Amino acid sequence: MNGVKKGVGGTLKYASLVLGAVLAMLPLVLIITGSFKTDQEFLSTGPFKAPASWTNFSNYATAFTEGGMLRAFGNTIIIFTVAIIGTIFIGAAAAYALDRFTFFGRKAVLGLFLLATLVPAVTTQVATFQIIKALGLYNTQGALILLFTGTDIVSIYIFVQFMRSIPRSLDEAAKMDGAGHVRIFLRIIVPNLKPAIATVVIIKGIAIYNEFYMPFLYLTDPEKRPISTTLFAFKGPYGSQWEVISAGIVITIIPILLLFLFLQKYIYNGFTSGATK
Amino acid sequence: MANVTGVVPTPAKNAGDVRSRAARLIKPGGTRGGRRRSLTPYLFLVIPVGLLVLLTYVPVANMFFYSITDWDGLDKTKNVIGFDNYVSVFTEPDNLRVFVVSLYYFAGSFVQMALALYFATLLSFKVRFKNLWKGFLFFPYLINGVAIGLIFLNFVKPGGGLDSTLMALGLDSLVKQWTGDPDVINYTLAGVSVWRYMGLNFVMFLGAIQSVPRDIYEAADLDGATRWHQFRHIILPSIRPIVGLSFILAISGSLSVFEIPYIMTGGANGSETFVIRTVRMAFVNNKVGLASAMAVVLLIIVLLVTWLQRRLVPDEEVDIV
Repeated sequence: MNGVKKGVGGTLKYASLVLGAVLAMLPLVLIITGSFKTDQEFLSTGPFKAPASWTNFSNYATAFTEGGMLRAFGNTIIIFTVAIIGTIFIGAAAAYALDRFTFFGRKAVLGLFLLATLVPAVTTQVATFQIIKALGLYNTQGALILLFTGTDIVSIYIFVQFMRSIPRSLDEAAKMDGAGHVRIFLRIIVPNLKPAIATVVIIKGIAIYNEFYMPFLYLTDPEKRPISTTLFAFKGPYGSQWEVISAGIVITIIPILLLFLFLQKYIYNGFTSGATK
Repeated sequence: MANVTGVVPTPAKNAGDVRSRAARLIKPGGTRGGRRRSLTPYLFLVIPVGLLVLLTYVPVANMFFYSITDWDGLDKTKNVIGFDNYVSVFTEPDNLRVFVVSLYYFAGSFVQMALALYFATLLSFKVRFKNLWKGFLFFPYLINGVAIGLIFLNFVKPGGGLDSTLMALGLDSLVKQWTGDPDVINYTLAGVSVWRYMGLNFVMFLGAIQSVPRDIYEAADLDGATRWHQFRHIILPSIRPIVGLSFILAISGSLSVFEIPYIMTGGANGSETFVIRTVRMAFVNNKVGLASAMAVVLLIIVLLVTWLQRRLVPDEEVDIV
């Protein structure tokens, strides 16, 4: 923009922002309008034609009941709740041991965690699958819970980094009062990790909610599967009923949209804090 | 691996003794349970490290073993056949084609970073409704991958939103069989990938730019620096590490593509990616040996790329964890 007058530059600036926003939102908007159309309407009218009735929620009803989305939300909540509690305790326990103690093998353990961040989960599932099968967890929600809890190294690092900012004088004081390590961990460390826990809950919550690969591989039972694979299954029976698929998509996006609107700051921070110092 | 499992249950006498002696010095009466104290960190680490070994290191080790066998995933016996699977990964045309497909996504990631850099630069200056624009550009990244795949199947189908837009703009000649034509399909899918991930790059770049203290820009303004000069001499250097990291991660990222093409096409019409093929070999064609070899190749490429990144971008500047 060298030498361009401010007025022209300003117009260009806003024009490109509008264009970017339209490109980002247009495919989504067409799904929303489509979700209010009847099947006849969807086939006969163009994608930009507004639906005849904005209060036609019949596709949403179909998606929720016949499409099994209500059950899918329940399953996602169960998997998320157990996995997140597990992640918090595992992450906090590992961080407590690594930050507050000097012991033989500490460097090796840190190295193991660091090295594991380089192993992309997509590559190892061929072999992980055999372990899940051997544990008898195939086609159970336990498989997803175990994998979400046991392979989340990023969360451990968030906890380790945050642990450094909790003053050691707090644990020392508790120790003086005769508290044991478990007590210090539960009463001092975990409560003081709250901001890190919030970050992990948000980032991991979004990740679990959006995860497709793991439930696709490990949980095929329609009764037990979470939201992603339930929506994916819409492709079969509703393959030609795009109005129902559209409603399913909108239902899937709404919780994330609400989360984003209310927790914007935390979400931006969560995704960038890991990447930049 | 022996080292891995050996480390956990055996606390070293020396380190523990030194520590408890130090503790006794600091804290009178600290003699109680000197040995127990030295065990404590191991007790806290048993479950985290146990799961790490069980779910990451054991699979990696097994994968290396499977890759030199002809195992079908079910049979009791696994016959060792040497490097045949690896030869097949690099010689069979069907296996090689997936590498070509990844090039589309690799090229796409450059477009993605260019767009992200452009919008991040734009929004680092004074702009009205900054948060609104930021939200629109970032939100796609938060959407469920299945939803994105379906949204775009609807958008690019014949007579869908994309075709209608092009026709409304008088660009009828650009209308294509977006997912039906093997010559076009990978551009379409890479485009969807750009749509999905641009927002993350953008927010990361913006964060890096905004970490530059405001008064540097003010000083530049006073010195009469143009926007271009500010971009060239302040913004670009401040985000160089994160851009470098993104470039390099794009290599492994483009080989690991799975969700978008799988959801939209299932890998049909010449859109099969490395991971789709690996999954198909392992779980549909029961060629666990070959699939493992493919996975090992991918893992090695990723490790090589990361090693390269550590060499090129010094640690103090970028820290992914």
